[in-house]
Amino acid sequence: MTGPFVSPVSDSSPQSAALTLEQVSKTFLVDKKRITALTGVSCTIRPQRVTGLIGPDGAGKTTLMRLCAGLLTPDQGRLTALAIDVVREPLKVQASIGYMPQRFGLYEDLSVQENMDLYADLQGVAAALRPERYAQLLAMSGLEGFRRRLAGRLSGGMKQKLGLVCTLVRPPRLLLLDEPTVGVDPVSRRELWEIVYHLVEAEGMSVLLSTAYLDEAERCAEVVLMHHGQILGHDQPEAFSRQVAGRTWLVRSPLLPKRTLQRELSQHPAVLDALILGTAIRVVAQGQGDLQRELAPLDPTLEITAVAPRFEDYFVATLKGGARATALNNTITLQRAGNRFAGQDVITADNLVRRFGDFLAVDRVSFRVHSGEIFGLLGANGAGKTTTFRMLCGLLPISGGHCTVAGLNLRTAAAAARARIGYMAQKFSLYGNLTVLQNLKFFSSAYGLQGARRTAQIDWALATFDLEQFLSSESQALPLGFKQRLALAVALMHEPEVLFLDEPTSGVDPLARREFWTQINSLADQGVTVLVTTHFMEEAEYCDRLVIMAEGQVLAEGTPEDVKARYGGAKGPEATMEEAFISLLETNPQRSAAA
Amino acid sequence: MKPGSLLRITGMIRKECLQVIRDPSSIAIAFFLPLLLLLIFGYGVSLDAKNVPIALVVEQPGAQALSFSGGFYQSPYFAPVPMLSIQEAETALRQSKVDGIVWLRANFDREYLNKESPPISVIVNGVDANTARLVEGYVQGIWFGWLEQEAERAGKKLRSPIQLEQRIWFNPQVRSTLFLVPGVLAVIMTLIGALLTALVIAREWERGTMEALLVTRISVIELLLGKLIPYFILGMGGLSLSLFMAKFLFHVPLRGSFWLLLATSALFLLVALGMGLFISTIVRSQFVAALVALVSTFLPAFILSGFIFDIQSMPLVIQGVTHLIAARYYVSILQTLFLVGDVWGVILPNSAALLAMAVIFLGLVYRKTRKNLE
Repeated sequence: MTGPFVSPVSDSSPQSAALTLEQVSKTFLVDKKRITALTGVSCTIRPQRVTGLIGPDGAGKTTLMRLCAGLLTPDQGRLTALAIDVVREPLKVQASIGYMPQRFGLYEDLSVQENMDLYADLQGVAAALRPERYAQLLAMSGLEGFRRRLAGRLSGGMKQKLGLVCTLVRPPRLLLLDEPTVGVDPVSRRELWEIVYHLVEAEGMSVLLSTAYLDEAERCAEVVLMHHGQILGHDQPEAFSRQVAGRTWLVRSPLLPKRTLQRELSQHPAVLDALILGTAIRVVAQGQGDLQRELAPLDPTLEITAVAPRFEDYFVATLKGGARATALNNTITLQRAGNRFAGQDVITADNLVRRFGDFLAVDRVSFRVHSGEIFGLLGANGAGKTTTFRMLCGLLPISGGHCTVAGLNLRTAAAAARARIGYMAQKFSLYGNLTVLQNLKFFSSAYGLQGARRTAQIDWALATFDLEQFLSSESQALPLGFKQRLALAVALMHEPEVLFLDEPTSGVDPLARREFWTQINSLADQGVTVLVTTHFMEEAEYCDRLVIMAEGQVLAEGTPEDVKARYGGAKGPEATMEEAFISLLETNPQRSAAA
Repeated sequence: MKPGSLLRITGMIRKECLQVIRDPSSIAIAFFLPLLLLLIFGYGVSLDAKNVPIALVVEQPGAQALSFSGGFYQSPYFAPVPMLSIQEAETALRQSKVDGIVWLRANFDREYLNKESPPISVIVNGVDANTARLVEGYVQGIWFGWLEQEAERAGKKLRSPIQLEQRIWFNPQVRSTLFLVPGVLAVIMTLIGALLTALVIAREWERGTMEALLVTRISVIELLLGKLIPYFILGMGGLSLSLFMAKFLFHVPLRGSFWLLLATSALFLLVALGMGLFISTIVRSQFVAALVALVSTFLPAFILSGFIFDIQSMPLVIQGVTHLIAARYYVSILQTLFLVGDVWGVILPNSAALLAMAVIFLGLVYRKTRKNLE
């Protein structure tokens, strides 16, 4: 196979297929505009194995899932699930498949048992069969001890498992899981995968599972890769990574700092993609040649070792393709030079506590962020990252402890203190019905910029973030990546010394994420202190230092290498951040006591 | 009935009941709000004028003037404040310390004895038109009463061409509580039926539970019944509470049949539930659902049902609009059943209108509810 796309697996006859899609297209009418979600999608999902539906947010995964579950009707094309025509007989399909939507419908004010009873009633599970099935499912999901607990009181991972249990009260032959692992902590994520494997092996289920995490591809028997409403490829995961075999390397430099090295590498013509991984830079080369020889003129001291290709490498290589080095301005240059806080702690948190009623969202969190550092708060959804963040920014009163930002307490300090920070919220929080220019004008004046400086900064923002082309488009109509650029532009216009980024990359594709991090790196190089929250384990690698949070507490603090070396087990620093996170959670006494 | 249908419906009902019990906001809408509304309308709001403060200016306290003004002190409708000059009274009126002025000038006695019409000036604060009209009427009443009394004392019949003999049926003391409390019932039932139902379904959309429900084996009719039955029961519970309060707290007589009241209320509740479900088929956020329910069901029930504002005195166009308001028919049934009795001429046409609306709304809901996300 030499083409850029992997051709679909084509041995199974229609009878044996769990699910087939033939030329399926779907569009939506949003604000009088036609949005295309899927165009001419065809594929065959084979029975009794896990097929991963992988792609970044907005690729069309959820639409495809809903079409398969008979919740949406396609504009064109045929769908067949378990040999039933989905379009013609949606009720019959729904009676035979299991479908778990992205935010599974657990009734949070019902207990675990009551939720199971409801779905057993709705799925018509006979009363006599229930005790055995319940016991089996609860044992599998590790929820035995929580039968009476209200679903709303479960942790994020347990909720997700209960959702799966409820979907399975009546064993389906085909199981559709829409992003069951996104935002879930790594331990629960691994447990969810184990449940899925068990279902396939012990009960012979066919599973179609969608995910935005590219690294989950390797866990699937087959992968359907989606992007922009189309299928880029359908094959075994190894077949994808084989395409980039011989092109993946780890580059280390004894002299250059990792960010500088990454920047230089990514500008080199032989390099397609360069990504920080711990102390090293992971490189996908343009071709299969000897990278050592090609890079020698750049710096002869570089240590270059070959590494095994990953699924993400294929994705990035395919999308970046030959048209590399898009003319985008990937580095941001601030006019303000120097750093008033050099060598000091810019952000301090001492025993921060935040309670909501009797719920302890943040429990004695302490850390220090040095000047010019990229500092990460890493944790699953619900770990307390955003709450910590809001307290630091002065958006939420603290229940106990102290915190300072740039030497000031933002809760009590004058508005002038806030001029020193830039904040980019988790959701797109600009005015969607204002144009790009109007947003920039409004926020620049809100940050107190006036006259010539305001004009200059708006021009700077438009040029730096390549927004001129969208000057008078409504911000809500921008492509996702540009929305994010606009948000970053707004946060940076007043040239803050500290930048807060709350889950900045959730929902953007890997390419946009790379571009974003390049920009953030260039800011840090100019002395801006960056505090970033993320639930992408790999993003922790880009941070200078990080804390790992779970259930409101800080479990570990240090550089990424530190954390991996300490908690990576046998693999030590070669472990992935995710492996370190898992062993950290498993050794944490607090958690084992709760479980 | 399809196999398992009963199981699915009871499963849904059990779930709804558990949710109502555990969710304080449902309890608040079903029981606390009716309680509050009844207390406000039973005790707080009264459309009767009682103890209206009125400035009484008697410039020269002659025998006739004193005798006439004495009538004001005995009247339950007025709380007279004696004042010495009209200027003082006008100031008081301007400052809203009194709602009206009765001004007997210095020549009151003399003119009266001369058989001329004595000059009484009545000035009423027209800012509150309702009270102003009442004050005006009551003053006239006192005036005629006094003339009659004077004439009797002189051994004569009052020379008046027409004798007005007034009797008020069904509510002889004209207590507004007696017609407000039954009216409130209509508002309460709208609230439970439409607002609560629209809210709980919108909540299922918001929390993503609806998507999970839709892919189970449940059919549209089972889903709807699973929502209708529990909130129907809840609504009847709210009704019972309100009836109990009306009877024992506000002593509103129930002259018609209790069973007829229950039956017509059940009918109205079906309309309200139909409206709530209908809203929820269009709107998928709790906030919007609440707004739509308040504006399209609750406010009309308040304003256009004839519960406070008389429909006959509305402009013709608005009168036409009231025919679209289910509460109008129910208020009419309620007031008749409570205060008059089983008047079939009123009950039957109004019930027929309610039945038609129930069929229309529930039919629309059945047609519009789909088992998909399109």
